[in-house]
Amino acid sequence: MTGVVEAGLHSYIAEIERAGAARSGREPSWLTSAREEASERFRTLGFPSTNEEEWRFTSVAPIAKTGFTRPAELRSAIAPSSVTPFSLSTLASAELVFVNGRYAAGLSIIRTLPRGIRVETLASVLVSHPDQIEPYLTRVAGLGRQAFTALNTALFADGAFVHVPASVTLDAPIHVLFISTARGNDVPTMSHPRVLVVAGESSHVSIIESYVGARDDASPRGDGAYFTNAVTEVIVGDNASVEHYKLQQETARASHIATMHVIGQRNARFQSHSLSFGGSFVRNDVIAVLDGEGIDCTLNGLYLADDRQLVDNHTTIDHARPHCGSREMYKGILAGHARAVFNGKIVVRPDAQKTDAKQTNKALLLSEDAQINTKPQLEIFANDVKCTHGAAVGQMDDEAIFYLRARGLGLAEARNLLIHAFAGDVLNRMPLEPLRTRAEAVLLQQLPNEG
Amino acid sequence: MSSEPMLTITNLHVNGGGREILRGINLSIGAGEVHAIMGPNGSGKSTLARVLAGHPEYEVTQGQVLFEVGGVGQDLLAMDPESRAREGLFMAFQYPVEIPGVNNAYFLKAALNAVRKHQGKDELDAMEFMTLVRKRMQVLEIDESLLNRPVNEGFSGGEKKRNEIFQMAVLEPRLAILDETDSGLDIDALKIVAGGVNAMRAPTRAILVVTHYQRLLNYIVPDVVHVLTDGRIVRSGGKELALQLEEKGYGWLAPGEVDPAAKARQARVGEEARA
Repeated sequence: MTGVVEAGLHSYIAEIERAGAARSGREPSWLTSAREEASERFRTLGFPSTNEEEWRFTSVAPIAKTGFTRPAELRSAIAPSSVTPFSLSTLASAELVFVNGRYAAGLSIIRTLPRGIRVETLASVLVSHPDQIEPYLTRVAGLGRQAFTALNTALFADGAFVHVPASVTLDAPIHVLFISTARGNDVPTMSHPRVLVVAGESSHVSIIESYVGARDDASPRGDGAYFTNAVTEVIVGDNASVEHYKLQQETARASHIATMHVIGQRNARFQSHSLSFGGSFVRNDVIAVLDGEGIDCTLNGLYLADDRQLVDNHTTIDHARPHCGSREMYKGILAGHARAVFNGKIVVRPDAQKTDAKQTNKALLLSEDAQINTKPQLEIFANDVKCTHGAAVGQMDDEAIFYLRARGLGLAEARNLLIHAFAGDVLNRMPLEPLRTRAEAVLLQQLPNEG
Repeated sequence: MSSEPMLTITNLHVNGGGREILRGINLSIGAGEVHAIMGPNGSGKSTLARVLAGHPEYEVTQGQVLFEVGGVGQDLLAMDPESRAREGLFMAFQYPVEIPGVNNAYFLKAALNAVRKHQGKDELDAMEFMTLVRKRMQVLEIDESLLNRPVNEGFSGGEKKRNEIFQMAVLEPRLAILDETDSGLDIDALKIVAGGVNAMRAPTRAILVVTHYQRLLNYIVPDVVHVLTDGRIVRSGGKELALQLEEKGYGWLAPGEVDPAAKARQARVGEEARA
């Protein structure tokens, strides 16, 4: 096994070298050095093993040993009809579409935006205004010990940049859609999407990131293997408000790793709503650093897994300053032989007095063979704080099922109603109503029909 | 009116939790009748109600239950719980289940339309549904805010029971089984609930009231009273039987003692009530 992983690592390193050579001299020097440092870090770290606490229940061997390559051509052809089911263009002020990691201008829409707002691709801003992103890009995420973040930094080809200047409010959300195309016989490919959001002082913005696999009638769940390794960096300025939504609907053989780093400044409000519905291997990391007083941070998540899917959610809320509040609610629905991991870390630094943190995570197991490993991880170094956490894992309530059936609802309808109610607890916290409706429809469509 | 009784139970034996709970129940209820089943704790009253509604935790080992559908007695025990409900059987739960996240109005509309659809009636839209529901709420003095709360969640004991009778009033079953609907109700709530039940009395509807106490029967006056002890009906009679029990206590009928004439008498009383 080690040999296979080792060989896999070499293929990733070869990809990094090829990519570096291809763009040689075409990027600002600060980015080139960040990429070199990231490459070095990736070589040193290698892929995480299950001996590491952060990856204890999640083996990345399937990713490590599959020789994913970056697509050879700049852009795979994709019919607009493949994008339509995932489009939110009626709702969004801008929709940037990326196919296999590359920007698809023809499929993207950017409406007239309030003055000063910048919504464009990273590739383009690196040419036109690199100074606008230099303070943030790769610096918010840092390198740390995260091999996959390093891999993304070394390899990302493009992504989205959103900048909202001070005191500007954007009412309609911005949608960034990353779509992967992979057919059963294709060489397994990978993409490394990158998103940077900078919300200036007292600004308001909502961002939706969608990660999806293209389906067709022949294989509605998708039959090709691919790997998405995304990194998102968010800066929420003083008194600014950012609502972030992530809708993950990768296809059945996809591997998906996404890491979001958030830095909040004084009196910032940040909400993350992470919905995970697809993929064979899924790992989400959300790391929020509350680096100013009076920040209000919400992390919510809902995941649905069936068959042999693995969904791992790791969150970290770092209360670095006093008087911040955080609310976290993650819920999972597991069927078949699905496995899930939830690890919710809350750090309260020594001077972060008056911290008020609450974490809840719940899982609904629909089959005997589904399982979850769940762990709250509270590291509290201040003494005047309020931190609570609760975890619950349960099965469908048979008495509730009987009650509904005794009133005339069919068994399947009763089960769906209860699952919906369970999920609704998370979905109803999403302020963006049309997205809630979309998410409910996806949930309904994907609910397992087993007894 | 059909000559077939609404419900005919013959020699019903039921196991639950590893022991025999019902040990040969015989009972016949005709349309238009109100029967009461009284019995001490553990006598099997609630088991009978739950078996009739189709609760999966019980095992029927012997006997038969016929439910009149379209003039023909159907094998009730072969029907799943939702089919029984759609054919017009309703059980008011002794312990109504809290269902967080499911809106009471949404649930009730789904239930009503499931029943209507099965019976070949048009489904009600939101407006028609609300009109019907408001009328029923008035009778039971139910506050409209209750509709927008999750089913039974955070309801007081009295609200839960009232919600059950409210559901019954909306669903308009042909056979209603009330499982200890009076327990936990104060006298004012009891009168309101009884009023709701009495408003449902109709020549085409049968009602089976399961209760521990005689008190409820002052307000819902039954045609026939049965006494259930240790899994068998040991005595059947008119409404005065309830008063005798109140006076003498269940000890008056020694546990396990089966009145040999009970079966014959209960059948006869049933016929008289139907006549």
